[in-house]
Amino acid sequence: MPITPATLRNANSSEQDYLWTLNFGPQHPATHTTLRIVLKLDGERVVDAIPDIGYLHSGFEKIGEHLDYNQYVTVTDRMNYISPIANNVAWHHAVEKLLGIELTPRCKYIRTLICELARISDHLLSTGAMGLDVGAFTFFLYAFYQREKIYDIFETLCGARFTNSYTRVGGVMHDITPLVIEKVRAFLREFPKTIDEMEKLVNRNRIFVDRMKGVGVLTREEAINRSATGPVARASGVTRDLRKDEPYLAYKDLDFQVCCAKAGDCFARYYVRIAEMRESLKLVAQAVENIPAGPVNVGVDERAILPTKQQVYQTIEGTITHFELVMTNRGFTVPNDESYGAIEAPNGELGFYLAGDGSDVAYRARCRPPSFIHFSMFPQLIRGHTLSDVVAVLGSLNIIAAELDR
Amino acid sequence: MPTVAETISQLQAAFPSTAVTEFRGEQRVVLKKEDLFAALRWLKERMGFDLLVDVSCVDYLNYRGATDRFGLVYLLTNIAENLRLTVRVMLNEPDLTVPSVTPLWSGADWLEREVWDMFGIRFEGHPDLRRVLMPEEFTAHPLRKDYPMQGRGERHNFPVLRRAES
Repeated sequence: MPITPATLRNANSSEQDYLWTLNFGPQHPATHTTLRIVLKLDGERVVDAIPDIGYLHSGFEKIGEHLDYNQYVTVTDRMNYISPIANNVAWHHAVEKLLGIELTPRCKYIRTLICELARISDHLLSTGAMGLDVGAFTFFLYAFYQREKIYDIFETLCGARFTNSYTRVGGVMHDITPLVIEKVRAFLREFPKTIDEMEKLVNRNRIFVDRMKGVGVLTREEAINRSATGPVARASGVTRDLRKDEPYLAYKDLDFQVCCAKAGDCFARYYVRIAEMRESLKLVAQAVENIPAGPVNVGVDERAILPTKQQVYQTIEGTITHFELVMTNRGFTVPNDESYGAIEAPNGELGFYLAGDGSDVAYRARCRPPSFIHFSMFPQLIRGHTLSDVVAVLGSLNIIAAELDR
Repeated sequence: MPTVAETISQLQAAFPSTAVTEFRGEQRVVLKKEDLFAALRWLKERMGFDLLVDVSCVDYLNYRGATDRFGLVYLLTNIAENLRLTVRVMLNEPDLTVPSVTPLWSGADWLEREVWDMFGIRFEGHPDLRRVLMPEEFTAHPLRKDYPMQGRGERHNFPVLRRAES
């Protein structure tokens, strides 16, 4: 049943006379991505909103059944493209859980480091775009300038600014270099100043606060009932953070706090994100100074990651491992079973439900997309608010349409 | 408060046909379809599994050793106690309907719509079971294993609107 004005006719006809139907999107500067909302308006007030998604559906889960565990990481980049490296980590976290691979300590720290950098860059864009949509353009530029710095770090780390594809099963693409560490340290020195300035710009700005406070309130019960996770749930008082609750990677060793708010409105979601950036900064500082020495990838015995050239040419184990991994009928040792591995991605719980069937390719690669779940509560959050609040709520939920539609 | 093991043993007492497996520290129970709604309600209301993390499905058409066609997966979490439980229910071809869990978790709304869209499993009692990702006029369920990766010509047969006609 396509969403047309005819669909909306279930409101009785006298109502229909003065209710106005507005198509918000699919191409609209404030949706930032391709999604459509059919709004029913009474004057400026939103009576109902019907989200219509699927414009960017490209069958990522179907592709996941045809690409092997290392190839699919390039697809996860395209899922949540504002923090792609966190998706890489999420994918391989789930794969390594299925395969039963324990990472080396060095790899765990590197992945923690890049995850937190990705969280900062995600929150910078989401809070920045939130500011942009309600009129704080300078705020957005401050945020985006720092995002550029994080892109630079990622470029130095793996050669790609945007679609990183940095992780591999059992390790990462390249080891971290001293130059990266230097750049991260430089970022750590100058970023706190920016975040202070960002907060000074809008935290007590009358226009920003009026547009944000009390808009799109999500209570704690509703947040849980509607499966919210991540900053959206934490802004409603749900104290759940997988980094604390199910410590993965190196989070067990590091000191940080879970940031929560009680109000559950757009301002709380903005504020939780800003606070999380400060905590992520603490995590980055700890992780970058404490990267353990040792190999970055798992050993050749695990048969998970391509050995170095030296190992291939000079040791028999290296040669065998290389051969086993590159031959199409060999590859990883995958159990005939299913598992779910999730990490606390910047946007919420990002998990992959994987069914292995013994081959190199996942039998089923289900992604649990936080944006999809957060967007489903949008009509409820916007009902009764004005048209201009649509962009505020949309920004505060941080909807990424590529992850929404996959 | 009970641990996952205690929860499962109580679940087995209440619903005797429950099968339990474990893999990589994940506890999984397989329920009978008739028990599904009652068991999920029991888990939510009595055992505090208040967060429905995900609803998804696996099509076991070519899976080695599989006896059932579809396996629905409900991932549950108890936030207060930080417990996870995977609940599964197996479905076979003629009767692909299960009761919807939207009365328990409103978050299941879109998740169930996606499973319907991708696998063609009907959720009885769902308030608005429409396709969510694929176009409304699409007839197949693309994540089924008998649906080819390249599609069945849907893209190639799109009606082309020429500039003169528009």
